[in-house]
Amino acid sequence: MLEQTATLLRGLGRRVTGRIWRLGFASRFLLATLLYSGTSFRRFFLTIREIYFTGVLSLIIILVSGLFVGMVLGLQGYDTLQRYGSSEALGILVALSLVRELGPVVAALLFASRAGSAITAEIGLMKATEQLSAMEMMAVNPIARVVAPRFWAGVISMPLLAALFSAMGIFGGYLVGVVLIGVDEGSFWSQMQASVDFREDIVNGVIKSVVFGILVTWIAVFEGYDSEPTAEGVSGATTRTVVTSSLAILAADFVLTAFMFRGV
Amino acid sequence: MSNEPLVKISDLNFTYDRRPVLTGINMTIPRGKVVAIMGQSGCGKTTTLRLIGGQLRPTQGEVRFNGQIVHELDADALYQARRRMGMLFQFGALFTDMSVFDNVAFQMREHTNLPEEMIRDLVLLKLNAVGLRGARNLMPSELSGGMARRVALARAITLDPLLMMYDEPFTGLDPITMGVIGKLIRQLNDALGGSSIIVTHDVQESLQIVDYVYFMADGKVVAEGTPDEIRASDKAYVHQFVWGEMDGPVPFQYPSEPYRQQIFGMAHA
Amino acid sequence: MNRMTLDLWVGVFVAIGLGALLFLGLKVGNLATTSTGETYVLKANFDNIGGLKVRAPVKSAGVVVGRVGDIRLDAERYEAVVTMNIGSQYKFPRDTFAKIRTSGLLGEQYIGLAVGGDIEVFKPGDAIKKTESAMVLEDLVGQFLFDKAAEGNDKK
Repeated sequence: MLEQTATLLRGLGRRVTGRIWRLGFASRFLLATLLYSGTSFRRFFLTIREIYFTGVLSLIIILVSGLFVGMVLGLQGYDTLQRYGSSEALGILVALSLVRELGPVVAALLFASRAGSAITAEIGLMKATEQLSAMEMMAVNPIARVVAPRFWAGVISMPLLAALFSAMGIFGGYLVGVVLIGVDEGSFWSQMQASVDFREDIVNGVIKSVVFGILVTWIAVFEGYDSEPTAEGVSGATTRTVVTSSLAILAADFVLTAFMFRGV
Repeated sequence: MSNEPLVKISDLNFTYDRRPVLTGINMTIPRGKVVAIMGQSGCGKTTTLRLIGGQLRPTQGEVRFNGQIVHELDADALYQARRRMGMLFQFGALFTDMSVFDNVAFQMREHTNLPEEMIRDLVLLKLNAVGLRGARNLMPSELSGGMARRVALARAITLDPLLMMYDEPFTGLDPITMGVIGKLIRQLNDALGGSSIIVTHDVQESLQIVDYVYFMADGKVVAEGTPDEIRASDKAYVHQFVWGEMDGPVPFQYPSEPYRQQIFGMAHA
Repeated sequence: MNRMTLDLWVGVFVAIGLGALLFLGLKVGNLATTSTGETYVLKANFDNIGGLKVRAPVKSAGVVVGRVGDIRLDAERYEAVVTMNIGSQYKFPRDTFAKIRTSGLLGEQYIGLAVGGDIEVFKPGDAIKKTESAMVLEDLVGQFLFDKAAEGNDKK
């Protein structure tokens, strides 16, 4: 009995130290990525290539999801607001929920599963097939050549994707609210403009999406780089990327929201 | 050229997770020679290569490459030293997102400022040396295993390295391709005037092309000699390995409790 | 994929992404109306500001002319001191009335400026003398009940 408890505790302790060790390693890895970022900007084509894979290829899913989320917001928001006779506030509701929360968060979640998992799988496979070792033996630093361009591509793409998601969502809300249901177009836009503040809402939303972009791509490149060089290892790392970055996005969203919108 | 050997490994120890992987390795790779490191899977051959390439740090002892102690070099000097090394990985390790041409051109584009036309000529020259000039526009996924390895070979020799390292170059190849790769290794070594290390467990193929052989088992060098000496060796381990016998010093059975005890032990319990 | 097509696609992506940001800034947000341009400060004391918050709009004739910058309590007179940032293009006469209004029954509160007829206008930093506090719903309901009760007594 005592021995069992000891084994249990030892196992628990090992798991905890393992996690902390990984966190430390991941931080060191982020630092190295930032340090070796010179190549990604000196030879910007490397980064552009990755923006294509992370940003451009995520466009469709982001635009379509944004449209649908906005349309749902339009329907639900109208349903609730018209009970209080303030259906013309629909514009505010749609715009604020998208710009402040749904835009950055949902776009980041989609980005994590679309682009983050792809980054992890790609780097993991490069590791499993010894491409990273080969690069090192050719005197090329894989962090500078492979990791950093992907990292920066993600950080650049994320705010643009989030803005597109929000814009598309507002368009969706407009379609449902104004075109379909018949809320007054003038008050839809003017109420929105009166209540959405550029610095308070939009800039904060963009800051959120930049932070999420850093988080998701950091997790994605790290999980890829740290994956076991086997088929199961890579698939496990891909799953971990999606799970970890989704949790990280939501947790960071809470913290950021608490900081940003405290006083309003 | 100095008489000093290109690579000298002295008293090399390497421990991974407190488990000794290499103990007391001594090897000499003279200039212009092809040397094979043979042994069973997991005996530390690939680890030895990684220590020469500076990808791992020895626990004790040292590797000297071209007069420099590899693990004492700083990052820049290590990268400089690696430009003089070429390595062929087990399955080629071609960059899957680049064409054959770009794979071979990779190092020149990374390390030199050569104009694109000159890179083109050099790449075609290297590809011609391995007989794959016609395949330059293919992607790695369109290549057969043997072709992929030849492309990787062309890529490894782009900067005319002093030392070529081959990690299991024969694994998973048909006999014809094996012969082709073997001949290429020898030809390239003689043409470049450098040295080569072949890590392999393919005895017959490599004994035909190498000048010297080290045998490793459990992280130690257990035998060494010229191919003829190895073939004639009466050491039990070497004999078993060279002639592919099933049982010998290397047991067929994975270590376990005696068979009788495991079967009848159940009845007692 | 060759380099030109790649550049083109990434260019398109960045362009529409920035376009979306611009759309959010101009069409959705109020970048065009208040955040640009100079402002000057006016102050006003209120007995009770109700639910007025920092960044609430300041309107004149229904048009947003500025925003509430700061709300503090004057510890000596126990009055709320509200600082407003007003767009420099708007000048208000010295007898302007500042009222705390509510948009709709449950909407947000804002400061309404009812313009008087004085020739002189406020200079930056001036305080608006004539103010009207927020209507507090509880007080109104209490007043209403009290009146009803008084009516009932009269009838007896």
